[in-house]
Amino acid sequence: MNFYTFEFAGQTLHALGSGALYWPAEGVLCVSDLHLGKSERVARRSRQLLPPYETRDTLQRLDDVIAATAPRNVICLGDSFDDLEAGQSLPEDERLWLIRLMAGRRWVWIEGNHDPGPLDFGGTHLGSWQRQRLLFRHIAGSGAEAEVSGHYHPKVSLPLRGRMLTRPSFLVSRSRVIMPAFGTYTGGLRSSAPILQQLMGPDAYAIMTGPAPQPVSMPVAG
Amino acid sequence: MCLGRSPAISRSVTRLPPYLTHWFDDQGWRIHPHQHAMLEAAQAQSGLLIAPTGGGKTMAGFLPTLAELGRKPTPGLHTLYVSPLKALAADIKRNLRRPVEEIGLDIRIEDRTGDTSYTQKRRQRADPPHILLTTPESLALLLTYEDAPRIFAGVQRVVLDEIHALAESKRGDQLMLALSRLQSLAPDLRRVGLSATVEDPQAIASFLACHPAPTQIIHADPGPEPNIRMLETEEAPPWSGGGGKYAIPAVLEQVRTHDTTLIFHNTRAQAEIFFHHLWLANDAQLPIGIHHGALAKEQRQKVEQAMVDGSLKAIVCTGSLDLGIDWGDVDLVIQIGAPKNVKRLVQRIGRANHRYNAPSKALLVPANRFEIVECKAALDAVRDYDLDGEPKSPGPRDVLCQHILNCAAAGPFEADALYTEIITAGPYHALTRAEFDDCLSYCATGGYALRAYDRYQRLIQRDGRYQLRDPRAAAQIRMNLGTIIDTETLKVRLKARRGPGSGGTPLGEIEEGFAATLSQGDTFLIGGQIVRYEGLNEMTVQVTRSPSDKPRIATFMGTKFATSTQLSDRILRIFQQDSWPDLPAHTAEWLALQRERSKLPEPGRLLIESFPRDGRSNTVIYGFAGRNAMQTLGLLLTQRMEEQGLAPLGFVATDYATLIWGLEPLTDPAPLFDLENLRAGLELWLAGNAVMKRTFRNSAIIAGLIDRMTRGARKSGRQATFSSDILYDTLRKYDPDHLMLAITREEAMKGLVDFGRIEEMARRTQGRIDLIELDRVTPLAAPLFLEAGRVPVKGLAEERLLAEEAARLFEDADLPDKIVTPRRWAVPF
Repeated sequence: MNFYTFEFAGQTLHALGSGALYWPAEGVLCVSDLHLGKSERVARRSRQLLPPYETRDTLQRLDDVIAATAPRNVICLGDSFDDLEAGQSLPEDERLWLIRLMAGRRWVWIEGNHDPGPLDFGGTHLGSWQRQRLLFRHIAGSGAEAEVSGHYHPKVSLPLRGRMLTRPSFLVSRSRVIMPAFGTYTGGLRSSAPILQQLMGPDAYAIMTGPAPQPVSMPVAG
Repeated sequence: MCLGRSPAISRSVTRLPPYLTHWFDDQGWRIHPHQHAMLEAAQAQSGLLIAPTGGGKTMAGFLPTLAELGRKPTPGLHTLYVSPLKALAADIKRNLRRPVEEIGLDIRIEDRTGDTSYTQKRRQRADPPHILLTTPESLALLLTYEDAPRIFAGVQRVVLDEIHALAESKRGDQLMLALSRLQSLAPDLRRVGLSATVEDPQAIASFLACHPAPTQIIHADPGPEPNIRMLETEEAPPWSGGGGKYAIPAVLEQVRTHDTTLIFHNTRAQAEIFFHHLWLANDAQLPIGIHHGALAKEQRQKVEQAMVDGSLKAIVCTGSLDLGIDWGDVDLVIQIGAPKNVKRLVQRIGRANHRYNAPSKALLVPANRFEIVECKAALDAVRDYDLDGEPKSPGPRDVLCQHILNCAAAGPFEADALYTEIITAGPYHALTRAEFDDCLSYCATGGYALRAYDRYQRLIQRDGRYQLRDPRAAAQIRMNLGTIIDTETLKVRLKARRGPGSGGTPLGEIEEGFAATLSQGDTFLIGGQIVRYEGLNEMTVQVTRSPSDKPRIATFMGTKFATSTQLSDRILRIFQQDSWPDLPAHTAEWLALQRERSKLPEPGRLLIESFPRDGRSNTVIYGFAGRNAMQTLGLLLTQRMEEQGLAPLGFVATDYATLIWGLEPLTDPAPLFDLENLRAGLELWLAGNAVMKRTFRNSAIIAGLIDRMTRGARKSGRQATFSSDILYDTLRKYDPDHLMLAITREEAMKGLVDFGRIEEMARRTQGRIDLIELDRVTPLAAPLFLEAGRVPVKGLAEERLLAEEAARLFEDADLPDKIVTPRRWAVPF
């Protein structure tokens, strides 16, 4: 599996090409913004009938990354379900698949703005989760000294000899990691967006996901 | 179903009332024979007039209406006029109102387009005028309202202007579906199509007809032969390129000696570059403007007005002026670059001298040496009146899906009745019931193989009739209506002097992809001005004027036409001549040298040259299948050569040849050109291709799978958006037989992939391949080495490029030392 190793708050972390974050010393795998059940919610809310396959695609990729890292702890960093109703109306096979993935490991559901409140799944439901100095929560807040969050779905565009390559990306500063969205149907916010610039500060960099994750300086324009 | 009208009715003739004849006499106008013929045929259920530009087509279309309405018509809609351009509708309104007002007729004439005010539109629905001038989209929109049956109940005639242009696009397919609906609401409706000269009038007639009833065709006198030749220049054209910059002094001289000149270019980018250089050389300060589809509406209107006022000597333009209102005083058309297509050339030539029965004057300017031969072929074709065109394929199903949704917005429908209605439309007359049912099922449930949206179907069946599950969906369907899909562009504005805001003068738009490659201080050309990129503000590119020697050229999505099959055949036949006395000496010598060193390509054989150059092996395939097909051929062949270990590095394609360079020479080409092998390669290559993804996006928007992105919504970011690329990948992975993928394939094959032309090339050459191995580059191949648009052969290229780029960025930014290396990070903070 391809990953990029970086140091954060004194810990060695792996930014995986799939957009997941792995912390080998603690056996922690973190994924953010799965948005399971999205196509169902879109059909319910906006009448668009998108291909209803994204939940199994997201689960398959989650399955792959769990198989590759064999984590003792899985942290789902919020917006795991596109809304609470989508979480409840997951088809039976997808529901069983998720339960199978949860078995035999510690599973933490962090609350997100899309899924505020307990779900009908096992695991621990928390507002945030701390291990050593690292604080895991859905939305970046103020005052954290070593925080891992999601919510913004950051993406980075890089011109490569006349064409643009755009990929979901990790954003990393001295005190913050903002994770890319892991869900299949999740759009992205450009790293040049004012809110991301403000949160990350001038010396942040980005790690572009993909077959070979690469660090690049965080683009401020475009 | 459409039934022909009874002979008794069709024999009755509409006569022009005396007050109209008098008014025409007073103007000193004489009714043309074809205008009389149109009156005589006024009762035909479907009629098509084929007339050259300037032949009084539009008046011919309206005479029967004016005659039938009389002096004091009863209220209600009598005639609908549909044109592809809003501007045309407004112009016709002015022209028609003149006789109506001067004679004092009680006829109400109004237009209805995207620009019409909300109040006016509401009033038109409550109380329609006698004559309504509109566009295909506005008509389709009107038909989605519940009161459509009342609005259209009594309509007698529909006049379709510039139907030859509409027939070439999905807008035309949508229009014909709308007419099938209209015909059910108004069974007495008669249709009239007005067309410029085309190669196959029968095809347009079938497109227009209410099947199975026929269309009556009326031909106007084609008028005198045009006066057309190649522009002679002191300097010979360059070996490659498409700009025609070398001809600028000669073009300026022509502009000076004519009243008004239209200078046509094949692409927007070329028009921009040419215009820029034209002004650098325009010492006499001749007033010359520029007009193309990517310029701001305000800029275009300014140029159009200046043209009407007669204050411009010339306009540098693109296809944006192919149609449109008559510019009275154009006396010369200059075509820069080979015309690619004879029919379009003839229609363009018609723009010069809009007076009927006066010969049009036109000059062709070949942009490079090869185009001299191409221009010669085009001149011969014009002289022989040998027009070209691709046979029209059946109406696309994405448009059909939208039509079904549009019908549902208007009210409940029965599937059988809708199918019967749809197959009266020309483009869909061969649609099978199964194909229709697929589209209907897609509209209702999404048409997915695995799991249907049981609870959230779009259409539900109640009492045997289909209707919207959620009536609020009608507004969404109306928002998404239409078949024109905007490319993702950003508006360009001059930065306002005071404050930030986005209030500066609008200049036009550029592609989002191009904008993303700009950084502050970069300069580029737009609307003939050099501007400096200052930044992005709320989806608007802000620029300032800036002098610069080397501005970049903005990329535009505009279409690139491929040389037509007929024109390619003519070029191959010219190559077979013993000598070329009609061609300039430098070109004749060039061809003779090619014949001496290698061979000239022949119609029934495929010539392939192989030679070393710069330490690489080069292969040139003279396929003459047009730019898009030659591009596809390059992709397919390099893929096979990669498999064979020939290590291709890249290729470049033109309308007539593909040049491939690599590490090993090609020695056994025959298996590569086996049609089955090519087809198999195509399947593989198509799947993940960017062309497919772009085609999918367009079809998905038209068919209502994803919502159309409005500019306002993009700005506010409130509209949920889904990357169409991800939807495409997901569908391909989990539901490969889905209707949208089938549609995407069909559309890509006839569009940018153009596999049909490769098949045609294979049929034409029947495996008769001449491989000529040489020790150096040949005269005919030499220009290919100067061609732009080289395509690198990818593999893991993207990852490699990214790694390289990342390394470079880090070097530039000194990043590793700053924050990334563990050394520094080891310090806790």
